[in-house]
Amino acid sequence: MHIFEGFLPSPWWQLWFVFSIPVILYGMYKMNKLVSERREVVPLLAVAGAFIFVLSSLKLPSVTGSSSHPTGTGMAAILFGPAITAVLGFIVLIYQAIFLAHGGITTLGANAAAMGIIGPLVAFLFYKAASKTGMNFYLNVFLATAIANWVTYVITSLQLALAFQSGGNFLTLFAGFAGIFATTQVPLAILEGALTALIMKYVVQIKSDVLVDLNVLTAKTVTKLKESMQ
Amino acid sequence: MKLEYIVAFVVLLFAAQFFYGVATNPDSEFGGADGEAGDFVSEISPGYEPTEPWFQKYLFEPPGGETESLLFALQAAFGAIVIGYTIGYYKGKGQNN
Repeated sequence: MHIFEGFLPSPWWQLWFVFSIPVILYGMYKMNKLVSERREVVPLLAVAGAFIFVLSSLKLPSVTGSSSHPTGTGMAAILFGPAITAVLGFIVLIYQAIFLAHGGITTLGANAAAMGIIGPLVAFLFYKAASKTGMNFYLNVFLATAIANWVTYVITSLQLALAFQSGGNFLTLFAGFAGIFATTQVPLAILEGALTALIMKYVVQIKSDVLVDLNVLTAKTVTKLKESMQ
Repeated sequence: MKLEYIVAFVVLLFAAQFFYGVATNPDSEFGGADGEAGDFVSEISPGYEPTEPWFQKYLFEPPGGETESLLFALQAAFGAIVIGYTIGYYKGKGQNN
């Protein structure tokens, strides 16, 4: 769930724009470069963007008695890195802000920072680090995307706590917002991680050469994964 | 097929946590966590009025829940078409070779 329109007082919404806009611009530059150099990645880019579209439209009920939605950004982060993911996430956020009045225009910078940038960055770093340890690919995807989903809402809580510091002790506020967002998010994060691992299995099946091109997997790991599918 | 079974099990667990949530929160309508955060804001800083930007009145807002659910469904359908088409296309292509 994104921060509503009007729920970030000045100067916080402006600050988050200052944070997000350069990353999104850099992501656009990287995306342009990738697409013009490697036409073959375009379908995969479309799938990663579409995955964010689908997952962020699903408002799922959680054990806490409230609903939230997954982000879908972890997969794009693993495939294309956090900068390009920021662009994809931003497109979805604009759609939801303009057509659905979900999230908001002034809060777009903050929501892009949480869902499009920081969550995916954590997923990307986790994935790369865990790959080095030789962790099972699907387990790695599951953990990285579940963490991206969850971190997104920890950041949302942090953004709100920072903006409303006048309301009390910062840590208490953060715990209050996290109690709402981050707790609700735990079952959703697990579900998103599992779904992403499954989609990635199909990507390995059909487009493993692109995964090697994008440095997501080594050729050796691909061979091993494909053998285990037989 | 092993991964499919694990994912199916996770989906079942998700359904189970939902039913558990329904049982433990009998009065809840499972509203959005963002709305709850809004309530928390008015609790910690009473009198805070969400600022309405000047362009707010020019923006489209779904007239009600029905239109909103339509737009959310379109969003999901559009994404699902792209995913299904692409994966299906390459799967078919792979079988031809």
